[in-house]
Formats: sequence, C-alpha cells, structure tokens
Amino acid sequence: MKLIQARAFGEIEVDERQIIDFPRGILGFQEHTRFALLDASQPPFYWLQSLTDTQTAFVLISPDVFRSDYELSLVSQELDVIDVHQEEGGELITRSSGDAAELLVFAIVTVTGDKESMTANLQGPIVINPASRLGMQGIQTDPRWMTKHYILQEMAVKGSR
Amino acid sequence: MLVLTRKINEAIIIGDDIEIAVVDIKGDQVKLGIRAPRSVKVYRHEVYEAIQDENRRAAESAGDLTSLGGFPPVTGPSSNSDDGDGSR
Repeated sequence: MKLIQARAFGEIEVDERQIIDFPRGILGFQEHTRFALLDASQPPFYWLQSLTDTQTAFVLISPDVFRSDYELSLVSQELDVIDVHQEEGGELITRSSGDAAELLVFAIVTVTGDKESMTANLQGPIVINPASRLGMQGIQTDPRWMTKHYILQEMAVKGSR
Repeated sequence: MLVLTRKINEAIIIGDDIEIAVVDIKGDQVKLGIRAPRSVKVYRHEVYEAIQDENRRAAESAGDLTSLGGFPPVTGPSSNSDDGDGSR
C-alpha cells in the first residue's frame, strides 16, 4: 500500500496496482507521467489522479456505459508504450470490452454543472495495460469518435436499441 | 524545422518507409499523399490539438463533481448494479 494525495479524497491509501505510469503523459499534460486509478464515490466514474500534481485529476468512464459499439485502433508504436507486443506487428483493433479484456479502456469526461451536457472523449481514449501498469492516450482517426460525446444522450440511444 | 520546396508529383521520404507526395495544389490548398507502414498513425494536426484542448477542459472541469451523483443505472452486459448506495 502507498499513501497518495488525491484531489477528490485528500490523503488516501492505494494499492501499488492502482498506480499507472504514463511514459508519454497525456496530451497537454506530458509532464505528468504517474497516475493513480481510483474508484469515484459516484459510480460509474473513476478518477485518474496525477501523482505529479494533486490538483490535476481526470474523471473517467468506461465507453461500455454509453457506447457498446465503441472500438479503438492502436498501432504497434502505441502498443510499445504500454508494453503490449503482437506477433505480426501493425495495427490492433480492439473492442472496449470482451475480447480485449486484458486492456482497460476509458474515456475522459468533461464534467459540467448540468448533467445533460456532460461529455466523454472517445477520440483520445485512455488505454491501460494492467499487467505492466502502463497507460497512454491513443489518438483515434475513425470519424465516428469525437472529443465530445454527450453521455446521457448516447445512453438513451443505447437503451432504446 | 526542415523546410523543403516541392512541386506537384514530387515527394519526400522520411526514414526508410514513409513517403509524402504532393498530389495536387489548388489555391491555398495542398493535397498530400502519404504512404506509411500500418505501425505508424497518421492524422491531421487539428486532431492532436482538439484532444489536447479537451484534456485541459476536462482537467479544469473535474472540480464540479456534484453533477456526477445520481447517474442513471448502467444497463447492458457491462452493468454491475452494486451502486444502490442512494447517491443522489
């Protein structure tokens, strides 16, 4: 166990396995290379808390919650960052759940006072390899995935499918 | 930054296996053709900027957490409905 400072919780104890290194940081936050992945008090959200700066923390959500059709593509240069190696090299296309259970995929949430306008970023998903405790932000070029997806609206669409 | 002058149908090579050709020029628009291995991701710079901007907005917005409570229960196979703790 390790004691960390979290913006949402103050000082808390976390398991070493919750500490994830981001060798290349997150876009715009390249100097933050170590984070803790925490359950938020409000499910289904999580916190990605910077260990470089207590005030820097991101709210995360699993894309499964609102887009069951989400899939992302990662190339071998990206997979190298999180120590995932494929025999053939090239591109890995993975669903956010099921067949790629060995990788954790999250979308960063932009929180707003009005719940309806809360958005999630599916163009720059956070991908974590729990085995190596390494993470990265993978840029998606599929035009379906944008930086702003209205979570509640897309949940409603998903529910009516 | 290295600056090179190219005409239509001329190209540059980066490393061993990336080629960028000028396919067409119309007014202030340049059409580029890019040949790169599948292990290399190619995208417009705006995509990078959009994600960076959204990250900054998200980091700033994360202070306003009251609206996270009382999120509708998650449906579907990924549901773990153990959130009956009356968060409003």
